[in-house]
Parts: sequence; C-alpha cells; structure tokens
Amino acid sequence: MSLDAAADAGTAAITVNGLTVALGDAARARRLSDWLRHELGLTGTKTGCDAGDCGACTVLLDGAPVCACLTPLGQAAGRSVTTVEGLDRAGMARLQDAFLRHGATQCGICTPGMLMAAAALLAREPHPDRAQVETALAGVLCRCTGYAKIIDAVLDAGRPAEPPGSRALGARIARLDGPPRVTGRARYGADEIPPSCLTVRAIRSPHPHADFAFGDLAAWAAARPWVAAVLTAADIPGRNRFGVIPPFADQPALAEGRARFRGEAVAIVVGEPGPTEMADLSDFPVRWTPLPAITDPAAAAAAEPLHPDRPQNLLTAGRVRRGDVAAAMAGAAHVVEGTMRTAFVEHSPIEPEAGVAWLDGDMLVIRASTQAPAMDRDDTAAVLGLPPERVRTIPSACGGGFGTKLDLSVQPLIGLAALRTGRPCRMVYTRTESMQATTKRHPGRLRARIGADQAGRLVALDFDAEFDTGAYASWGPTVANRVPVHATGPYRFAAVRAEARARHTNNPVAGAFRGFGVPQGALCLETLLDPLAEACGLDRLEFRILNALRDGDATATGQVLRGVGIGECLRALRPHWADALAEAEAANATARGPLRRGVGVASCWYGCGNTSLPNPSTVRIGITPEGRPVLHQGATDIGQGSDTVITQIAAEALGLPVDAFTLVGPDTLLTPDCGKTSASRQTYVTGRAAAAAARALRAQILRLANAGDEARLSLGEGGLCVTDAAGTRPVPLGPAGPDGYALRAEESYDPPTTALDADGQGTPYAVYGWGAQMAEVEVDTALGTVRVLRITAAHDLGRVVNPLLAEGQIEGGIAQGLGLALMEEYLPDRTENLHDYLIPTIGDMPDIVPILIEVPDPEGPFGAKGLGEHALIPTAPAILNAVRHATGVRPDRVPLLPHRLREALR
Amino acid sequence: MDPQTLDPQAAYHRPGDLDAALRLMAALRPTVLAGGTDLFPATQRPALTGPVLDITAIAGLSGIAETDGGMRIGAATRWSAIAGAPLPAALEALRQAAREVGAVQIQNAGTIGGNLCNASPAADGVPPLLACGAEVELASLRGRRRLPLAAFITGPRRTALAPDEIMTAVILPRAGLAGRSAFLKLGARRHLVISIAMVAVRVECAGGRIGRAAIAVGACSAVARRLPAVEAALAGQPLEAPVIDPAAVAAALAPIDDARASAEYRSLAAAELIGRALAMAIGPEREAA
Repeated sequence: MSLDAAADAGTAAITVNGLTVALGDAARARRLSDWLRHELGLTGTKTGCDAGDCGACTVLLDGAPVCACLTPLGQAAGRSVTTVEGLDRAGMARLQDAFLRHGATQCGICTPGMLMAAAALLAREPHPDRAQVETALAGVLCRCTGYAKIIDAVLDAGRPAEPPGSRALGARIARLDGPPRVTGRARYGADEIPPSCLTVRAIRSPHPHADFAFGDLAAWAAARPWVAAVLTAADIPGRNRFGVIPPFADQPALAEGRARFRGEAVAIVVGEPGPTEMADLSDFPVRWTPLPAITDPAAAAAAEPLHPDRPQNLLTAGRVRRGDVAAAMAGAAHVVEGTMRTAFVEHSPIEPEAGVAWLDGDMLVIRASTQAPAMDRDDTAAVLGLPPERVRTIPSACGGGFGTKLDLSVQPLIGLAALRTGRPCRMVYTRTESMQATTKRHPGRLRARIGADQAGRLVALDFDAEFDTGAYASWGPTVANRVPVHATGPYRFAAVRAEARARHTNNPVAGAFRGFGVPQGALCLETLLDPLAEACGLDRLEFRILNALRDGDATATGQVLRGVGIGECLRALRPHWADALAEAEAANATARGPLRRGVGVASCWYGCGNTSLPNPSTVRIGITPEGRPVLHQGATDIGQGSDTVITQIAAEALGLPVDAFTLVGPDTLLTPDCGKTSASRQTYVTGRAAAAAARALRAQILRLANAGDEARLSLGEGGLCVTDAAGTRPVPLGPAGPDGYALRAEESYDPPTTALDADGQGTPYAVYGWGAQMAEVEVDTALGTVRVLRITAAHDLGRVVNPLLAEGQIEGGIAQGLGLALMEEYLPDRTENLHDYLIPTIGDMPDIVPILIEVPDPEGPFGAKGLGEHALIPTAPAILNAVRHATGVRPDRVPLLPHRLREALR
Repeated sequence: MDPQTLDPQAAYHRPGDLDAALRLMAALRPTVLAGGTDLFPATQRPALTGPVLDITAIAGLSGIAETDGGMRIGAATRWSAIAGAPLPAALEALRQAAREVGAVQIQNAGTIGGNLCNASPAADGVPPLLACGAEVELASLRGRRRLPLAAFITGPRRTALAPDEIMTAVILPRAGLAGRSAFLKLGARRHLVISIAMVAVRVECAGGRIGRAAIAVGACSAVARRLPAVEAALAGQPLEAPVIDPAAVAAALAPIDDARASAEYRSLAAAELIGRALAMAIGPEREAA
C-alpha cells in the first residue's frame, strides 16, 4: 500500500459521502467516529459503547461495514467512508423509506447502524433472504424493536414508496417523527455540541462503600491549564439531594464524604474538550477509605443502615390484604408453593446518558436525553438553588429509556458546571459509566403459596417479595407499592395477602424499569400456576381462562373493574395453543437427540399511571389565523410513539387530519407538563388531555362558525372550513392573540384514583391493560440452552390507536422479556460493558405473532389503554413455563443461564 | 501521558514495509495496532495514546498463501478475508471461527495476528489453529523466529512476544492440513458472545474409522489447549458412533467459575461440544463411506 507516506506526511484525505476531506493534522490514532462527529459535524453516526459491541457507529469503509469507533483515522485515509447522511446519495432512499413504512425505527439510536449494515448487504445482494439479513445485521444491537420490523423492512427495501393510506385513528401510520431518525438528522443527547462548550467528566467511586477525602484540588487544577473548574459537593448551591419521589429524595448529585455504591460521582472535572477527553484522571487527588459493604440483600436487614433514618435498611414496604388467607388456604383442595429469584437488569439503552447545559440570560437551559422533562427541571433547580422557572429543559431525541432516564443523571452536573463557568457544558456518559451509575431493575427474592379448590378455582394467595433497592431510594417505593397490588396477576382470588419490601444495600440504585417490579412478581406467580393447574387436572390455558378476572369482579384492593380484557386475550390464544401443543408433542415423540420442545403461557395486567398518586397531563392546542392546529405536547417520545399517538388522538377529537398538525415540544418553556413517560401512561393520560383540549377547541370553532357538532372541519387553500347541511364555509377565525393563535384550548386530565389504606384497599389505578403470551421453546437438554421459537402475544389495548406502533411495543417488550428470562444479569465490576452484559441480538429473537384485542375501557381516550410495559410482563414466565413443559423442571431463578438449567436438569 | 504533549503526528506510524516497522519497534516500543478491536475497547479516550505502530499497511503482512511447507496467513489478515478464502477442509474450523468473531463489522477489522497476540482465554482463533498444529512467525531487527502456537501463548493475556517483536504470520505446516475440521462455540446468546466454551476438532479418517484426531478447547482453561488423551482414545474408533469420555475431557481442562458459567458446566459442555464437532467433521466422511 502507498498510504503510509501520505498518512505520515499529514497530507492524506478521506472521501466522506463523496466529498474529499483533508485530514490535516487530525490525530491518526483517533476513532473515526469521533472525527466524523466532532470535526465534520456528521452526528448521524452514533456511538453507544466505543467498544464495537453495539454497532450503532457502523459506517461503510470502501463499501464494507466497520465500527467507526474501532477504526483509527489513519486506516481510513485514502479510502471512501459512507455514513447515514450519505445513504440517499448511495441509492438507499428506498431502504430508509422501508424503515419508516415498517415501523423499524423506534427510539432511532441504532437506526443509522442498522441502515448502514443493511445497505452493505443490499449493495451486494439486492434480494436477500431472512437468514442473510440476520447475519448482516447481527452486529448492531437494538433495545426497542425486537428486530422483527427491521428484518421486514430490509426484506422489503426494494419496493418503491407508496402514497399514504388512511390516516384516521386506528390507522397503521408511520411515526410522524420518523424521517429525522432514518436520515441521521435527529439530535440526541450527545449530538448538541455548541461552539466553545466545555466537557464535564465525573470522578466516581471504585468501591461499593467508602469514605473519601480530597487532596489539594486547586493545585491539581492549576497544574492543568485545560481545566476550567473542579467541582465537588461543597460547590453545590442548593439542596444536594434529589429523588423522583420528593418525600424520599436522598441521592446527592455529588457525594458528601461517603460513597454508597460503586460508580457514585464524587467530583466533576470541567475543561476544554480535547484535553479533558484525553486526560488520565487516575491521579485525581481523592483518598478512599473502603468500608464494609452490604452486597447481599439477605444481610441488609441486620446490617448498619445506609441511611440513619431507615432502620433495618428498610426503604418502604407495601401490602395488600383481603379475606382470610389462612382459612382459605386450609380449605383449598390443592396448594403449591415456590420461590423465584431475579437479578439486577440493566436497561442498556443504546444511547448512554448525555446532554448539554448553557445560560440564556439568567435562564439555565438543559438539553439532555430524558423521559421526564418537568421533573428534571424541578429537581435540577432544587439542587442548584434556583427557582424552577429559571431552569428550562428541552429534551433531546431520546435514544432509549425504559425507565432509566426518569432519574437525573447528567442534568445537575452540567447545570452546575455551566453556572460556575458561564460556558456551555456538555457531558456524555461512557458505556461503563452508564452501567455503573444509573438505575437497574430491582432484583427480587419472591415466594408465593397458592391454593385452588376442587373445581380449579383460585382461592388463596400468600405472596412475599424482598427487593434489593440499592443505595438510594429512586423508584423503590413505587416498586414496593405496585408489586403487591399486581401480585394476583389478572386472576380472581377469594383471599390475598401480598407484601413487598424494598431494602437498601451498597449495590447499584434500583429504580424504574419497564414494569416497576411487576415482571418479577409475574415470574413467581405464573410459574406456580402451571403445577397448580396440573394438580387440579386442568389444561394450563383453560385453568387461566377459568380464573381470569371479568367485568364486575373486585381486585385484591377491592376495586371493581370494567373493561376487563384478559379473558379475550387468553381465549384468543386457544387455537394457537392447541396447534403448538400438538406440534411439540409430535416433535418430542420422534426426538432422538437432546432437543425437547415445550409450550408455556402467562398473563399480565398492569395499572396505567402512578399508583394512587396524582399524575396529571396538560395539553394545549392553538389554531393559527391561517387555521392550522398546533399541538403543544409535553410528553417525551422515547421511541414508543407518543408524538404520533397523541396527535392521532387529538386529530380524531378535533376532526382534522393528522397531517394538518404542527407539533411543538416537549420543552418546559413551550409546553404544559405532560408528566413523565413511564407507567404506560402517555396514551391514556396525555391522550385524555389531548382529546379534551381538541374537543374544547372544536366546540369553539363550531360556535364561531355557528355549526352543530355533526359538522365536518377541513383545512384547505381557503383556510379552516366547516361543512354541514348548509354547505361549506370558512371559519371566521380572527387575528392572532399574543400567543400567535386565533383560538386556543388547554385541558388537563388526572386519573381518578384513591389512596390505598393500611391493607392496600382502594383504587390505585383508573385504567388497566391486559395481555397473555404463549411461548414455544426448544431446550437443548445436554447443554441447558433454550431457543425460543415463537411467541404469540395477545394484548388488549382497549382501542388500537396505531397498530404499527402497538406491534412495535409488543415485539420490543418481548425482546426485553426474553433477555430477562435467559441472559441478562448485571454484576457490578464484572459486566460493565455490552460484551459481558448480554442483551438479545437479532439471532435470539423468535417469530412473534401479535394479536391486538379491543375491549374498550370506559375511562381511556376512545376506549384506549396503555401497552408499553404490559408487553414485557408475560414473556419471561411464558418462556420458563415452556421450559418446564419441555423438561419437567420449574426454573426458580433468572436469568436461566445454560449452566443453571443444566444443573437443574441433573 | 499529559494530553498537552500528545503530538498527533509523531504518535502514529503506519509504515509500508516491515524493516521500517521493526526499526520503530526497536526505537520506540510502540503499541502495535492492527484491527483495533481490542485496543480501542480498552480505552475510553477518543484516540489511542502514542506512540502507535499501525501494521496494517505493511507489504506482505496480509493475505493467505500456499507454501512449500503448507500455508501461510499474514498476521494482519482480517477475519473476513479468512472467512471468504478458499481453504482446505482441515481449516473449516478456522473459517467457522472467523464467521463468529463478533459480527461482520468486527470480522472486517480484526486480524488473526491480533487475536493471537491479545491472548484472551476465549480467543476464537486459537482452538482451530491449535488443532492444525499452527506455528507463529515473529520478527524483530534481531531476526525472525518460529514458535508453535501452544508455546507462544504462555498465559491469559501473556505471550512469548519480545518487546521489540511483531508477529508477521501464522504458519500451517502441511501435516496439520490433512482431514476435516469443525468449530463450535457456546454462549448465552446467538451472536457476539464471549464464549462459555469452544472447541475445534480435526479428524483424519480411513477405512470407516478415525485415524488421527486433534481436539482443542478454549475458554475452559487459562490458555486454550489440546486434549492429547482424548485424541488418543478416539484413534481407531468407528465413524458411526465415536465415544468421548467426559471424565477424560474434564481431567484435561482446568475451567473456572465465573459470571458466564460454572467450572463443572464448562467441562461438561466441552465434552458435549467435542462430540458434536466431531460429528460435524466426520459427517461428510460417513456419507462418503
């Protein structure tokens, strides 16, 4: 090769998307990804791990896919690089269109990598088969989609775009915020890089529990001219305690003399980007004095409290009691009991936490990746000693959240740095930092005893769960309260005693993760229902149908339900169940090797919104003098599709097409508070607020036009018109007010719930969603490995607002449920990256058959219910039940790693 | 290194010929960079700190060639080149391993020499090469030398590479290119796994029986190793149902308990995988018989 001389002489160039770019004096040992993003501004190339594990940074080097994070600039010299920004030019516009049409992009952070890997395949094989697609895309991790729609899109990439079909409520429309996600234009937390911004890096505890003291920070900083500031807890002007549930707020933004978990931040270094990012901070002047650490939750109750006001390390406990469990159990014809143990699970959004803060006059602006802009604003303001109105949060595009981006991460640190330096300050967590410092799914040790009568009716449940909530409160109280309420699953029990406790340890902070503890509870309950069904002599699916909640039934909290869809979901599985059982039986009858097939089923129910606490959403819609509706919508779309779904609901209620709407927000300055994107609440709660605002606005319009409610609205050349029996006429909108709108409406909605009493009696949620999934697996009994072949998933959405997005939620939930069941286990200091911590790849996913059920909920907008978390809950227990069906062994611990199953099979 | 002193031009060298590279090795003792798939993950910095010697432009260091004595694979040959090359049936295990070294992005970057020099106990390239009796060629200004691969890797992340040496090639002696081979890798997920256990099996068959068998197991001991006793027990066994003694496999390994699997499981899985890889390797022979 002749590149050597050129490269070493510093004269080489790279062709990027067809343009020749001189390398100049750029360091040749620099990651190509870093150069593309920071020197060329091509932030469409995403970095998720800087280790070649996630593939988000895939670019084409002379047509071949490589990870740009592993490619030294020197090896790209003299060659051609294609990034997502150059896909169109490379003739791949149809591929991008197919991604939109098939719903293959959710949060969108993996989309550039997926597109590039697919483009390389399509360039050499224009008509690939499914196996070729899977092999070509295997190096890119997706945490949202479950890969199904990505595969479909690549297989269908040859088809030209077609004109959009129906756009009504219930139509299969592509996500409205999709186009920037397939072109690389969407700006995520790490993509906003203002000129003259400083870089923030954190110093973190290497110990799970340690006291610390700083040396001479001023001297250390003075010796490094690139350092703008070194900041510690002593520099925090406000209350150095944050937390998502104000009465439990206990987590310092920077620890004060004692670190309580590995990865806790104790100081930040703020400096000029290049040298700060290259600096070795291992000589930072901090002395650690390790303390005994509680890492085993079983020892927590007897250990010295991490927080003096929480004896026995008990954060909180929740319980539900109804009926006489002892008597009911004593009278039961059949009783089973068992335990379940679950692990820390890391959300692993492919986008690590990232954001930038700057001062706009005396307003501190924070643009970061988040699920909860208004909570971020309030908590950051409190830490920084500012009134909330002096903090503005503008969520960036969010590259995956799943619960972990409900808590503060970079916000108070970049805010503090910006306040102290007066310059824009930017922070991007490394993958390791993201894994160490952010919340996890609560590990649980659960136990249940279940009784049924002679006829197979469930009569008693005795349920107990102990959760490791880690060092700080986060969402621990929510988990402890939500789990007992959901302990029964969607089944009728005559008597229930359910208790859950969240206990502190020096382990990672456990917080919110899709389902808030309910998946752990379902693992325990559902894997005991199978042996109970058999003891009753009933088919496992029919046993569940027999006991499924129905309209008019009371739950264990005494709430009488309406719009109950679990029976419909379970019955929808019947034909699939019969086929699958027959298929498995036939396969096992002729099996000669170690492979055995099995079929399992499990259900879910899930209350949408906060548990017995207010969680209102407020939506504002304006009509411009030209007649265009503008939707101010504060719900963050973290990939699940709220931008699209809320617009569809507003459009239906207003009576104008989706495409007529302009979207504003979320932005705490421009949009009212729509609460957090969690608890499967946006479609329901924000949807209700949007429908109310749209109806109020429609009433104003019709009044102005002197038309009745049956009139039709339209938006055309002549502006906004009404059509009724009297004909079509323009609406006399009048001039704009100070807000720019001729008309406006703002409405709030808060779910009608009640507090739970000491026995957990009350109405914790106003709407529930329902689902049931059936798993078909193949177990390698010699190696203890499990291959999931198919998941049939029936979910009741009340009213399907957008089937394309709904299927995406189901497929993505199943992927995370599969990970929970079979591979995911976060161990501090051992799995702090995406090659030791395993999440499902494209090759691990089964066929997924979604079945959408509509049993309208009287409270939901147009009958709609939440779905986001539901989809994850039944997957893991259905897989475990299928493993038991195949092998006769009930696994009592997840993840069911090969060695654990093999051990159980002995 | 203080970032202020990092001179981007001086820190990175990408010579086109081996002599220049060896002079740099002698003078600078730089970090040797090939595919970057181990060096970049080991740092969270946006660039490698120097001095760095990038060996991927060195003439003659990439490519696969037949030689009088067997075959020679340049140390900087990328895994995708190995996966796509016409290779004899004895190297089928190597090809299969090449296709499972990460995904295509990693295969397009990672090199066979880098895999060996990194000396991970779970390096995918090692068992197939051990099963072929591979040697490595090392060069320095002091001269060239050859070592059996088994002698080159001295421990987890430790090799016999001298500080001024570069690995230039993997040498496959003719004797190791006979027969057929197969590779199996076991992890808790389908793609991109650091394996719990992996095996490579090469067999030479004659007259409906196994003549010679070479078996290597990775990720079940500090360094991947051959299993001579298990190999010996296979010699002369019928192709139809060769028997592997799990106890003999376990005795030959020294697996550890870690987050991925228990030691006991690793031994058991290795024995099972050997049996399956053996069946894969002798399948075509059996059909022909």
